[in-house]
Amino acid sequence: MSTSTFERKAPIKLAELSSLSAEQRATIDAVLARLKDLPGALLPVLHGIQDALGHVPKDAVPLVAKAMNLSRAEVHGVVSFYHWYRTEKPGEHVIHLCRAEACQAVGGRALESHVKARLGIDFHDTTADGRYTLEPAYCLGNCAVGPSLLIDMQLKGRVTPERFDRLTGVLA
Amino acid sequence: MKPIAAPVTVYVPRDSAAISLGADEVATAIAAEAARRGIAIHLVRNSSRGLFWLEPLVEVATDAGRIGYGPMQAEDVASLFAAGLGQAHPLHLGVIDALPYLKTQERLTFARAGITDPVSLDDYLAHDGYRGLRNALTMAPAEIVAAVTDAGLRGRGGAAFPAGIKWKTVSGAEGAQKYIVCNADEGDSGTYADRMVCEGDPFLLIEGMTIAGLAVGATRGYIYLRCEYPYGERALNEAIASAYARDWLGANIQGSGKRFDLEVRMGAGAYICGEETSLLESLEGKRGMVRFKPPLPAIKGLFGCPTVINNVITLASVPVILDKGAEFYKHFGVGRSRGTLPVQLAGNVKFGGLVEKAFGVTLRDLLYTYGGGTLSGRPIRTVQVGGPLGAYIPESQFDLPLDYEAYAKLNNMVGHGGITVFDDTVDMAEQARFSMEFCATESCGKCTPCRIGSTRGMEVIDRLVTGDQPVKQEALLRDLCDTMLAGSLCALGGMAPFPVLSALNHFPEDFKKSSFPQAATRAGTAA
Repeated sequence: MSTSTFERKAPIKLAELSSLSAEQRATIDAVLARLKDLPGALLPVLHGIQDALGHVPKDAVPLVAKAMNLSRAEVHGVVSFYHWYRTEKPGEHVIHLCRAEACQAVGGRALESHVKARLGIDFHDTTADGRYTLEPAYCLGNCAVGPSLLIDMQLKGRVTPERFDRLTGVLA
Repeated sequence: MKPIAAPVTVYVPRDSAAISLGADEVATAIAAEAARRGIAIHLVRNSSRGLFWLEPLVEVATDAGRIGYGPMQAEDVASLFAAGLGQAHPLHLGVIDALPYLKTQERLTFARAGITDPVSLDDYLAHDGYRGLRNALTMAPAEIVAAVTDAGLRGRGGAAFPAGIKWKTVSGAEGAQKYIVCNADEGDSGTYADRMVCEGDPFLLIEGMTIAGLAVGATRGYIYLRCEYPYGERALNEAIASAYARDWLGANIQGSGKRFDLEVRMGAGAYICGEETSLLESLEGKRGMVRFKPPLPAIKGLFGCPTVINNVITLASVPVILDKGAEFYKHFGVGRSRGTLPVQLAGNVKFGGLVEKAFGVTLRDLLYTYGGGTLSGRPIRTVQVGGPLGAYIPESQFDLPLDYEAYAKLNNMVGHGGITVFDDTVDMAEQARFSMEFCATESCGKCTPCRIGSTRGMEVIDRLVTGDQPVKQEALLRDLCDTMLAGSLCALGGMAPFPVLSALNHFPEDFKKSSFPQAATRAGTAA
């Protein structure tokens, strides 16, 4: 195949097509510089990006792919396989609510209904005011004192509907 | 009791379960109240004893032993100081070690639980830490493997494969680089023993992995920890840094010339990565797709190299074996299940917590003598043993001894030792449906029985409970379960039918039409 047919006058710069801000771009570059050469670095890199930005923006995928000599499909495949990674910006507070059996045994299902009704959203959604994102979790290892949830990575146990309202009331 | 000489040592756990109930607030209140009263105290953030119904459990060191108070809240702190530290108080529990729940346990792996500051290397050394590794450094690799084999240690993650045989395979395998991988992806609901080790005794895991490295000639280790355990990540990383700083990790362990490097890697919320080959894929930076076996990870594991992959509790059981000998460890247990199992009481249980006992203890003993029945006060209807892939066990089997072989005979599973208790308001059809839903959510998608079967399973259960040709649906469900059991690539699809079939076999009445509203009525009467 003749390369000239497809040759461009100037190569497309990823930055021109990207919705990333300059700061986001710099953050991603810094994470890559720090972690990309670890053996099996992709999960640490994606964690680094999500920890810094709150999510893995879809336009981070080509940057990661290029830096790590992977295809975009490989990076996208990993981002989409793991429940933890999210590609949309989360709300101010992220709630991971346990849905697993030990919490079910002590009212987890009722708590789940209450939380969804109170926030007016389903799992994987963010409230319209951008305050809360709700994610399901399948066990937080707090099985003797459930129902349990993580709010902004802080573990809470024996969460009744009333306690949930108090916990979120403090954040409001 | 006479007042204690200052400074008084006061313990408040830093275990995440204690924190989830207010331990940080209690610790802050204690420091503030002591300052306000001008009392010198030494505040230690210890690990948890695993008596979770008493958390936050505050302990005060006295001449008679540690006196406990619990469950404490920040607002109880002022009255505790008013009464005098170590003195009588409404939440006074007496000497903690004397509580029957603790006194009757056989804590080998959890010997330090609740006693030490988890990230203090000095505390670890002062409480028999690193004695196993010191011995291992004087032994030939084959002798270390032999000790683990002779002790009869089997994988505590669920599969119960003899650890010594796995180690021997890796030690005999060819490879310039070998790895020790710790499976800390404790995804089973009802289990938290791995979390307690990572948060509460991280040096124990580091020591166990270092010994494994010496035994098989591996110089690198990874702890694959689930990202739902942020407290464990911090404790492990603190402990690893201290171990490096004082040559318990690194290029020259305690001047022996032996090398072992260790790193924590975080999972990303995929239950399937608790399956060993999927975990290895994940560590390599890929989707957590299950691998075909053979080749075994022992021959071709991480990055294609010979790899020991063991659960946290398996590796954490190694130091005591190397310290006290295979004979000592083997002396505990029954049949081919040797040593102790840290059982985790979870769900609707009055006294939920960690019970480390020799194999052979019965469920009845665990549920009633230790667990005290349900938290709700209603009768226990069923318990799920071994996580979301474990069977729902009816009361008629509560006298079965906890033993891998005895459980397997009845299609039950000891698994990782988690016991989730349900009272009589549970709807078993709903539980069965959840097992299929969970399998569908978490399937890696590589094999069809698991990927498609789990979704079809949900649909069939939905039709069954609405009374849509129930005889036909039940036959279909059993046939589907059979396909999943026999045709799945790994334990997720291959065992998800166990909870479903056990619910169907032991509690068929819940699958009759309109059982969901009946359950609602039962739950309603509970209120």
